[in-house]
Amino acid sequence: MSELILGLITGFIFGFLLQKGRVLRFEKQVGAMLLKDMTILKFMLSAIIVGMFGIGLLTDLGIISFKVKGTVIGANIIGGLLFGAGWAVMGYCPGTSLGALGEGRWHAVWAIIGMIVGAMVYAAVYPLMKQTVLTWGDFGKITLDSVTGINHWGFIILLSAVFFMLFRWFEKKHL
Amino acid sequence: MNEKKVDGWNPYLSGALAGVLAIASVVVSTKLIDSPKYLGASTTFVRTAGYLQKLVVPGYVDNNAYMEKTNVKVDWQMLFVIGILLGALVASKTDGSFKNEAIPPIWKERFGDKVSVRAVGGLLGGVIAMFGARLAGGCPSGHGLSGLMQMSVSGYLAMAGFFGAGVIVAHLVYRNGQGGAQ
Repeated sequence: MSELILGLITGFIFGFLLQKGRVLRFEKQVGAMLLKDMTILKFMLSAIIVGMFGIGLLTDLGIISFKVKGTVIGANIIGGLLFGAGWAVMGYCPGTSLGALGEGRWHAVWAIIGMIVGAMVYAAVYPLMKQTVLTWGDFGKITLDSVTGINHWGFIILLSAVFFMLFRWFEKKHL
Repeated sequence: MNEKKVDGWNPYLSGALAGVLAIASVVVSTKLIDSPKYLGASTTFVRTAGYLQKLVVPGYVDNNAYMEKTNVKVDWQMLFVIGILLGALVASKTDGSFKNEAIPPIWKERFGDKVSVRAVGGLLGGVIAMFGARLAGGCPSGHGLSGLMQMSVSGYLAMAGFFGAGVIVAHLVYRNGQGGAQ
């Protein structure tokens, strides 16, 4: 039970922040893909910088543990490309579609129905995927630091610097 | 030219707060329910699909390998996704940004104001995107936020795919739309 309440509270705060950052909107999502409005990237990369430091530190202290998704190069890339193509047309990602509905953009309902159908289609062809795409380049739960042998703080600092340079460029170009 | 209207919160600030929330979620869930909860959303669509199929075709879900693997149940993430809707509702209702909208402006500029055309776009895009998200193993929350926070290779590969195809397809689909003085 507490699991469900925790989920609801976490989602509520996340939805609140997504809405306040104005990242739920179709215009913001498609605007990023048209390279005209980088609001969603500012939001995402800021969250990632804070998260990298916090999760890195708390993991070092043994307070929390990682939960990394497995890398299957073929599935990550082909699935990623398919997602990107669909994302451009529907203008939402799974999380933001519900948030968009919450702020009155009820056309998000089409995307939500489509995504539920897409999940059914995937479940139906899963055995085929399991024999093919899901075997193409399966490396298990790897991270940038585990693959390279470089200390994770090296990556945290390097990636943060890269993201900050992107922020400067966004602001310079008024994106 | 109009000055840029001050609207909502600074995206860097709200994003950074979402980062704090992501960390807090992992810490609190580890302490309280002994299972670290990283943010993610797309598996909930599989579970919802499973519940609907249970209603329509009894037995199908029990015999489907993917549904079995996913474990169709009401869980942390399903409530998380419902919470996103509620949080956005409260945030938008309290600052006046809630707006009933049938067609997104960019879409209207390109494809007109027929709801049916938008419905087809939303449905088709949704089917393709969710198929892709499940094949990739996550969406911009699970792979993007949670994956990149942990510097997972899968997160970087998936995000490259999301934005790579997104940029190309968006330019193809909306090429005569936004900003073009025709």
